[in-house]
Amino acid sequence: MAEVQGPHSGKPPQRKGFWGWLNKRLPIEEFISSQLTGYYAPKNFNIWYFFGSLALLVLVLQLVTGIFLTMFYKPGEATSFDSVEYIMREVNFGWLIRYLHSTGASAFFIVVYLHMFRAFLYGSYKAPREMLWILGMLVYLALMAEAFMGYVLPWGNMSFWGAQVIVNLFSTIPAIGPPLVEWIRGDYGIADATLNRFFSLHVVAVPLALLLLVMLHLVALRQTGSNNPDGIEIKKKLAADGHPLDGIPFHPYYTVKDVFGVGVFFVLFTIVVFFVPTFGGLFLEGPNFEPANPMSTPEHIAPVWYFTPYYAILRAVPSQRMGALLMGLAVFAFFLMPWLDRSPVKSIRYKPFISKLALAIFAVSFVSLGYLGLQPAEGSYVMLARIFTVLYFAFFGLMPFYSRMGQPKPVPERVTYHAH
Amino acid sequence: MAENVVVGHDEVDLSRRKFLTTATVATGAVGAVFAAVPFISSWAPSERARALGAPAELDVSKIEQGQMAIVTWRRQPIYVVRRTPEMLGQLKGHDDLLKDKDSSESDQPPYAKNEYRARLPEVLVLIGTCTHLGCLPKQRFEAHSPEMGAYWPGGFFCPCHGSRFDLAGRVFNGSPASVNLKVPPYEYPSPLKLVVGVDETHKGAA
Repeated sequence: MAEVQGPHSGKPPQRKGFWGWLNKRLPIEEFISSQLTGYYAPKNFNIWYFFGSLALLVLVLQLVTGIFLTMFYKPGEATSFDSVEYIMREVNFGWLIRYLHSTGASAFFIVVYLHMFRAFLYGSYKAPREMLWILGMLVYLALMAEAFMGYVLPWGNMSFWGAQVIVNLFSTIPAIGPPLVEWIRGDYGIADATLNRFFSLHVVAVPLALLLLVMLHLVALRQTGSNNPDGIEIKKKLAADGHPLDGIPFHPYYTVKDVFGVGVFFVLFTIVVFFVPTFGGLFLEGPNFEPANPMSTPEHIAPVWYFTPYYAILRAVPSQRMGALLMGLAVFAFFLMPWLDRSPVKSIRYKPFISKLALAIFAVSFVSLGYLGLQPAEGSYVMLARIFTVLYFAFFGLMPFYSRMGQPKPVPERVTYHAH
Repeated sequence: MAENVVVGHDEVDLSRRKFLTTATVATGAVGAVFAAVPFISSWAPSERARALGAPAELDVSKIEQGQMAIVTWRRQPIYVVRRTPEMLGQLKGHDDLLKDKDSSESDQPPYAKNEYRARLPEVLVLIGTCTHLGCLPKQRFEAHSPEMGAYWPGGFFCPCHGSRFDLAGRVFNGSPASVNLKVPPYEYPSPLKLVVGVDETHKGAA
């Protein structure tokens, strides 16, 4: 075979002049070649593969809008609520920057949940991608911490009582619980000290951790390569030039695809920002437009929608310690996915009916718990929450058994791909 | 295998190197733990927060019979209910519906570990945060109210997660809270002059 030139050769051509001088000192071209033009991704990606790049986009959006909000926000029991009102009413375009940030938080969870569900569909958590999955889950945990502390900062009444309920979850830990809660709060109740440390963690510590984890997530992705809707390792079928037969360079093929996704995303995102920024109380809750009042609990406490599945599990259990424990387990169970799934195939396309049914039941349970977490904890809502909690855990707990049952369909040698 | 490796003319003593590496790492780890102490303890309540946790006073004689007053102590609402004889009567007869009728699992000073959970039966003093997750239970003093059900002997209802407590702050079965509402330390320096945060064992600000 003839010598391949350019990005496909794997070796960037030697350049002269300033660009050559620069690249001898900083491997820009080598980086682009190894990470973008020379990084081969499966050619059969579908719509589910938009959400990783969108999550990265929202991360950047949150960092930029967050930096600007920090310029006007004043953390403190006496100043927080007023400074948010100041941003909304008096800072030029402050309302826009804040709504971009608050809508961005919900958008972050929407794309991350879809990104995670993609991994469920196509078995992307299975060997050899366990570390990729675990790092992704750590990103999800950091994101939950970031969202929770960010929600406290406006110091509305839901901020205050949300913080009260969530911080008190730690008091259910035997022995060390109560002193631990006092240490987290820095006072005998949720107070100025709590607000200020959450501010520090929200704008400095957790974003740093998020950036590091996202970088490691991408490093792990580069190491194993992307999975795909067929769940086939494209590295097993190589062309003569050593690249996967079913792979195409990430740039320009998938950068162009992702840019299209970004366009669609921004259309939907800006519709929410401009026309329904509170999203009917789901993205910004009504009681949070009142200042924090330690002497008055809102009639009905519900977290923002992205936490409600876990909140419903917490409330479904009639024991406080078990409720908190199950809530923690509900998140932790995701980490075990690579070892719970014993199916010989990765993708849902080739899994037998019982595995498809289990995933469908799980998806319905997760969404239903999300709905029930928004409803008051009474009557049939509690009963339904209990049923879906059992189904939720059955999905994980019984996976080692049902994932081995039934006859999987034969997996093709090459990815399924139809030219458009 | 040989412990020593010859590199050029110099011998490298691998066991000595391993010992020094281990000793350095161990010393560094101990140092890191010590260095973490100031940062971790900075999160504990500050001197100012402690000072603001001073005792709170309330003149109970100004509360109407059957009414509740709320006083703040250490950022927590303290519920003070002046119970009528009828309300005290309502405390009896539902022991089998309670999770901890004798308050043996619950948190209260010894002088409040009795059937009324109070120093004076007439005055109920409670920390008004739900022992579940810290919301404020609302007062539902009317017995057998349609809202709370025929069995209801009067008490408190937490709107967050539905915990129910009787007029001594004892938790009903079926509530997510597992223990009774806490009783803070308190005393009466003179009749019906309540001071919260002080008693025989607690001397004012922490």
